[in-house]
Amino acid sequence: MKFLHLIWSNLKRKKLRTTLTLLSILVAFVLFGLLSAVKQALVGGVEMAGADRLIVRHKVSIIQLLPESYKARMERIPGVALATHQTWFGGIYQDPKNFFMQNPVVPEEFLDMHPELVLPPEQKKAWLQTRTGAIVGRNTADRFHWKIGDKVPIQSSIWSKSDGSRLWEFDIVGIYDGKDKGTDTTPLFFRYDYFDEARRAGWGKGLVGWYTIRVKDPSQAAEVAKRVDEEFENSSAETKTEPEGAFIQAWARQVGNIALIVAAILGAVFFTILLVTGNTMSQAVRERTGELGVLKAIGFTNAQVLALVLAESGLLAIVGGLLGLGLAWLIISRGDPTGGMLPMFFFPTRDVLIGLAISVALGLATGFFPALQAMRLRVADALRRM
Amino acid sequence: MSEQPKNNGILVDVDGVEKVFHRGSEGIHVLRDLHLKVPAGEFLALMGPSGSGKTTLLNLIGGLDRPTKGSVTVAGERIDQLSDRKLAGWRARHIGFVFQLYNLLPVLTAERNVELPLLLTHLSRAQRKKHVDTVLAVVGLSHRAKHYPRTLSGGEQQRAGIARGIVTDPTLVLCDEPTGDLDRKAGDEILDLLQALNREHGKTIILVTHDPHASARAARTVYLDKGQLSNEPVK
Repeated sequence: MKFLHLIWSNLKRKKLRTTLTLLSILVAFVLFGLLSAVKQALVGGVEMAGADRLIVRHKVSIIQLLPESYKARMERIPGVALATHQTWFGGIYQDPKNFFMQNPVVPEEFLDMHPELVLPPEQKKAWLQTRTGAIVGRNTADRFHWKIGDKVPIQSSIWSKSDGSRLWEFDIVGIYDGKDKGTDTTPLFFRYDYFDEARRAGWGKGLVGWYTIRVKDPSQAAEVAKRVDEEFENSSAETKTEPEGAFIQAWARQVGNIALIVAAILGAVFFTILLVTGNTMSQAVRERTGELGVLKAIGFTNAQVLALVLAESGLLAIVGGLLGLGLAWLIISRGDPTGGMLPMFFFPTRDVLIGLAISVALGLATGFFPALQAMRLRVADALRRM
Repeated sequence: MSEQPKNNGILVDVDGVEKVFHRGSEGIHVLRDLHLKVPAGEFLALMGPSGSGKTTLLNLIGGLDRPTKGSVTVAGERIDQLSDRKLAGWRARHIGFVFQLYNLLPVLTAERNVELPLLLTHLSRAQRKKHVDTVLAVVGLSHRAKHYPRTLSGGEQQRAGIARGIVTDPTLVLCDEPTGDLDRKAGDEILDLLQALNREHGKTIILVTHDPHASARAARTVYLDKGQLSNEPVK
């Protein structure tokens, strides 16, 4: 600690250069934070996926529907504990930019299948008693200032009612929270019985989007998935069953290999920062060769000089990193910038820690060669360059 | 108190030292079979023309360089045989350097520059401050303690340099042309200060200079020419 003043004073030597370097590090870490949040939003669901849940969809594509009658057959398959279905509603609230998911579900089964959604018991009761009732996640409720008792009109882009209208009205009877930070609390869920009865005849009545299955033993999930697909083999609607995580991953891959894209961008950014900061440190050491000679003359060991230079580059990178991560956190905490396309947009603690580790590594990497150069200086030679 | 010498009052014993620098394949003999003994408490001036090897000899005595041949013993320790790490520690404990161009760190105030050698000790912050205040008072620079080198005159910078050199109460103070960059008045003040350190505080001082006016302040003067010492000025 007693050397901190010396290290800090050296950084203040060329204020403009230090500020610009600090800014470039800051920008890199802001980008790191934002991309981490985007990645989390796109593929984070994979981590939150239940290990004991399988998704059963039409073999051809997710947009092909499956018969509602499959549910009973699925529940008879050995290893299946519970099966329930959802259907993509594709609704718009006021403006197409106000995107969030709305799906018809069977309330009790659905809540049983998704214990990560926390709904107060009286709201659950109200949902079971109200045919047009819907529950909405905290995120969307806060976004549109919805409260229990509100009537919400949603225009479906897919489903017409029997009167030909596509405008559906739901009564908000519950607002659910997520058990974990990563739980998506943007969707709205409403009752399938109301949906199926109200949708226009010949427009998919009795058909559902996909099934979610809970297996009795997660270690047998692959075996159960195989049995489900075999059950519906050679039928008019063959199925493809996969773990919930794989299903979400496949969904995210429609955008591309997110993790690879993010890694490539960050790799390029940090490589540039490595060069910029490394150059700053090299210049800083070259400029004060004589001063380093003085330090050695008065008794600083080679190792202490090495540590001083490394501490300087480390301090620069850590201060820049902390400021960048802090700014990223501030931006991210303002919420999804896309208006609903990235419902799980947050800065995971794991990535904050990775960011901190990167800033330390950056400091050490950029200071290594200049520090080595400083360490190897011969005192008598260095003093001549004062 | 400074550590006392172990060899009959001799603090510095340079014995048969040779120093050869290599430029390409050519070897340049800077010092040849050089012998020098400096008793503790002496104020010795080392004179000689440019390139005579004065600074090289000072570097060898101060443990900044190693002889090609021969031995350098200071306060009873063969410093030419110490490892780099031990030599650095030895310098911190025994040697105070005063340079011609002051060599202060421009980013630190005068008092922070003076404090630098104390960072290598186990003294607390308060103890370091006390030591710094004391030596700044000794060199008459207390009123400029918070000033950066660029705002100090040459004489004041050299006072700060001397304060840094003596703040750890070293066994030996090595001054390399300390008045070389100062006008006569400021130079005289620095020489007064060195003389006072020698007479009143018992510091052993080796002063490298080519200025007879400066060497006249020393108790003894030796002359270096073509790598060899003599007690007579070079003709």
